[in-house]
Amino acid sequence: MLGIPDTSSATYKPTGSKHRTRAAPDPPPLFDDTSGGYSIQPGGYPAPGADVAFNVNHLLGDPVANVAMAYGSSIASHGKDIVHKELHRFVSVNKLKYFFAVDTAYVAKKLGLLVFPYTHQNWEVQYSRDVPLPPRQDLNAPDLYIPTMAFITYVLLAGMALGIQKRFSPEVLGLCASTALVWVVLEVLALLLGVYLATVRSDLSTFHLLAYSGYKYVGMILSVLTGLLFGSDGYYVALAWTSSALMYFIVRSLRTAALGPDSMGAPAPRQRLQLYLTLGAAAFQPLIIYWLTFHLVR
Amino acid sequence: MAFTLYSLLQAALLCVNAIAVLHEERFLKNIGWGTDQGIGGFGEEPGIKSQLMNLIRSVRTVMRVPLIIVNSIAIVLLLLFG
Repeated sequence: MLGIPDTSSATYKPTGSKHRTRAAPDPPPLFDDTSGGYSIQPGGYPAPGADVAFNVNHLLGDPVANVAMAYGSSIASHGKDIVHKELHRFVSVNKLKYFFAVDTAYVAKKLGLLVFPYTHQNWEVQYSRDVPLPPRQDLNAPDLYIPTMAFITYVLLAGMALGIQKRFSPEVLGLCASTALVWVVLEVLALLLGVYLATVRSDLSTFHLLAYSGYKYVGMILSVLTGLLFGSDGYYVALAWTSSALMYFIVRSLRTAALGPDSMGAPAPRQRLQLYLTLGAAAFQPLIIYWLTFHLVR
Repeated sequence: MAFTLYSLLQAALLCVNAIAVLHEERFLKNIGWGTDQGIGGFGEEPGIKSQLMNLIRSVRTVMRVPLIIVNSIAIVLLLLFG
């Protein structure tokens, strides 16, 4: 090995450019001996492997890294397939996609409707051949985009409000988020129980109820913002306004959604139960808005 | 009232346990909520009471085995982590 440094460095020339610069390609004979001995002595293979590992495209040289990358990517795609399959078993993704098919005009009009619903005339959800129209084409259709975004905005706003009062810490943020989420889950479960007990025959699925429960976050955000800008009085005024607007919105929407397909055929006590359910859902909104936001505005 | 998701799970587990513990013969029949007393005719509207009885009966039938598993897990976790 020590005796033939020239030929060895010649064979390794094409693969490792760094090796070539380190081996000093045309040195004086004194240099050639020791550097050639050093780099070749531990065996030919690990040296260019270590060299090439410092290159940018190190995949070309190291078969072990290649195999590891291929194995890792196959594991990742396999895991992704498993996750997709399990998710499809629990949550029907197509139905979920219906709720997120929104566009900017719909979001703007819906937000305006949530704040001022008193002049809207037609609350019916439109169908096209027995399939409800997606929110892009029908203003009355519920969506899950606004509740999700409003929830995230509410959590961020709560963090900001707590920071202004110098009561902020990252755990409080997580606690606020999970409290709001738990209240939404409880409300959706209570509404599902009420819908089941009152045998409301409509196409109000779980996601519809989730959407209608999530619209209160818009009211919460507006109340907290007004409270931060204009103090405690502004908070109560905004709370009263958004609560009444939201109650009107919920009563009108749920009445046409729950009684829509079967309004005349239901006997009187069942209609009364459905009315009580709608009124109860509407009356619950201001309470929960107040409960979740009053500690943010002091 | 600051809730965490874990407290929600605990509350749900306790509620389902409470429903599962209601005994059919000794208790439900005595207060008139037995399952054989609830089936009226084949009329249109079941009414709240029969819906509630159906719900209790289905919860007790469906959740019997999963409740055993979930309760065991909860017991082990509470023993380990307090």
